Amino acid sequence: MQMFPLVAKGAQVRRRGKVLVGPVDLTLGGQGTSIVIGPNGAGKTTLLKMLHGIVRMNGGSLDWACPLEEAQKRQAFVFQTPVMMRRTVIDNIAYPLRLAGMGRKDARERAADWASRVGLGEILQRQATMLSGGERQKLALARALVREPEVLFLDEPCAALDGRATREIEEILAHASDSGTRLIMSTHNMGQARRLADEVIFVLGGRIHEFSPAEEFFAGPGTSQGRAFLNGDIVE
Amino acid sequence: MKRLVLGAAASLVLASAALAEEMRLAVTTSFHNSGLAEVLLPEIKKDLDLDVQLLVVGTGQAIRLGEAGDVDAILVHSKKAEEAFLAGGHGTRRREIMYNDFVFIGPEGDAAGIAGAEDAAEALQQIADAGAAFVSRGDDSGTHKKELSLWASAGLDAEAFGPWYRAVGAGMGAALNTASGMDAYIMSDRASWLNFGNKGGLALLFAGDPVLFNQYAYIPVNPEMHGHVKHGLAMQLEEWLVSDKAAALINGYQINGEALFVFNAKR
Amino acid sequence: MVDRAGMRPLGEQRSAMTDLWAGLSQAFWLLVTLDADLVEITLRSLRVTLTALAIACAIALPLAAFLAVRRFRARRATIAVLNALMGLPPVVVGLIVYVFLSRAGPFGVFGLLFTPTAMIIAQVIIVVPLVASIAHQSLRELWSDYHDLLISMNATQLQRIKALLWDGRRALLTAALAGFGRAIGEVGAIMVVGGNIDHATRVLTTAIALETGKGEFAMALGLGFVLIALAIAVNLCIHWLGRTESEGRW
Repeated sequence: MQMFPLVAKGAQVRRRGKVLVGPVDLTLGGQGTSIVIGPNGAGKTTLLKMLHGIVRMNGGSLDWACPLEEAQKRQAFVFQTPVMMRRTVIDNIAYPLRLAGMGRKDARERAADWASRVGLGEILQRQATMLSGGERQKLALARALVREPEVLFLDEPCAALDGRATREIEEILAHASDSGTRLIMSTHNMGQARRLADEVIFVLGGRIHEFSPAEEFFAGPGTSQGRAFLNGDIVE
Repeated sequence: MKRLVLGAAASLVLASAALAEEMRLAVTTSFHNSGLAEVLLPEIKKDLDLDVQLLVVGTGQAIRLGEAGDVDAILVHSKKAEEAFLAGGHGTRRREIMYNDFVFIGPEGDAAGIAGAEDAAEALQQIADAGAAFVSRGDDSGTHKKELSLWASAGLDAEAFGPWYRAVGAGMGAALNTASGMDAYIMSDRASWLNFGNKGGLALLFAGDPVLFNQYAYIPVNPEMHGHVKHGLAMQLEEWLVSDKAAALINGYQINGEALFVFNAKR
Repeated sequence: MVDRAGMRPLGEQRSAMTDLWAGLSQAFWLLVTLDADLVEITLRSLRVTLTALAIACAIALPLAAFLAVRRFRARRATIAVLNALMGLPPVVVGLIVYVFLSRAGPFGVFGLLFTPTAMIIAQVIIVVPLVASIAHQSLRELWSDYHDLLISMNATQLQRIKALLWDGRRALLTAALAGFGRAIGEVGAIMVVGGNIDHATRVLTTAIALETGKGEFAMALGLGFVLIALAIAVNLCIHWLGRTESEGRW
């Protein structure tokens, strides 16, 4: 069954009387990679989590083309600071499969396969909490991809990584995108945004300020704030 | 190795003993402290193939255990309480087995001078007059009740005593420990005193007045009140306790060359 | 009417230091000769406490995980009550269990009073709040770590509890050890419900109380040292299990 389009209408998240995100009206199609950009505190993370369905909404609606329960099974999320479960690398990656009811042996086989795809094949038995930042992010990616989700949300996956690790992550993402995974990702790295984006969601003050195809946005944002942000000016 | 450890732990948890016939007898601390039980129980086991499990408590609690049916018989020494127990229908009958005696213990210096007293009442009077520290069991046990009745017969009211009178609310041994620590006077059964290992500066100062004799009686719990009690076993034990063999063991039991108990069961 | 047979010469009086030394040497000899009574009551202590601990953990650990994972109306109240019950006076627990198990009480028909089972029941009641509270402390932290991830993965309530219990197992071991420490050294409750019956319900702590009552301080201290040694040995043993595990062999 088709998941897309994902339609948000007046969707809003408030905490302690403060609006963090919204109201958001947005329709996302099923193709390509969407990059969420915007200054710190604009609400990028909350927007992603809201679309993924793990923060409670205080108003509006968010609808997938298929039933919500179905949609939840077909998406995954990679957090800015990846959560390392206190077990080995392979058991971390196998965990989502085990949750879905796969047997231990099959799950570990699949997990080992994904571990080597992201370059963790040599350290399957290491405790996840002992990994470096780059390794953690790769583990989180493998753990998100192992159930072969149709949609993958990523919240600044390279924020704390060096150039080499960033390149490796981008390669994995490009590969996933090529094999049909829909990526929705935030970043504050404009170079990365240019490299990966098919469309750009520019967030400011919790609202979607601009939503346009990537070439169009990078050629010349439609709003003064968008232009200022691309220039590296401070935007409020 | 780990399996071994876990296995050992598991078998510990599961292990339980298979046993001969068992019955429960509530006895007083003073009886247990005498050490006589350690002579009698193995013989009972040998003759009757009966494991007598002793619950060592004060007379007050022993009576309560019998009333609740938590034991099969009681062996205590407080005639009034025993008669009330029987009157309530909780026991079948009261059988006197033996007696021992109470003694007055105090600091070797004997400030109150009770060593020269004519009788128990005078000794207590002297302690009260001197206001010398006195430790009372204060636990509603047979010994405690006996002590209170002695004060009363000396014409004194224990309720009205000053701070020299310390009711510790503990068993005989703990009370003796307290008295030893404070160099206080105390009334103890002779057996507990002789077996007591922490005498410190205390000494036996007064004994021998017939009012200090301490009669032990055995009462099986009434099976009509408590269907589960092992009345048959309780009766077997009673027969054994009044037998010639028991008489010889009880009369022959000595500590430091002193006999403690006098067998006086009527047959 | 003077009887001075029981007097002791002053020179025989003992000091606290001699008692301590006598206790140490008593403990040494009890251990070296594997005194039969000592072995029996030590094994009974272990059996009662480990059984109680196993049951208590089976109740307390899932409860702790449930309290960490699940938000419900009475949650805060439940946690507060558990914390308060950590300080439950053992004697009172013993007394309540006694009243319930007595032949005259509601569960009298089972005839459990003055059996090891009664001691286990009392210890379970004493240990559950302690283990649950300590376990909840650490599982709550772990849950704040895992919260977003497990929700994102659509883990069910039961799967969340399982993940916390498994991944938090080392912290839970610490909670269990605390429970063990409290149970093995406990005397008030098991004295009341066990009755300290020789060869039936006598354990190390009640034997120590008994020997103290007899004024046999050396023996009491000897048993005390054995108890301390036992507690340390079990702790080391469990730490060793935990360490082997952290090396990734489990």
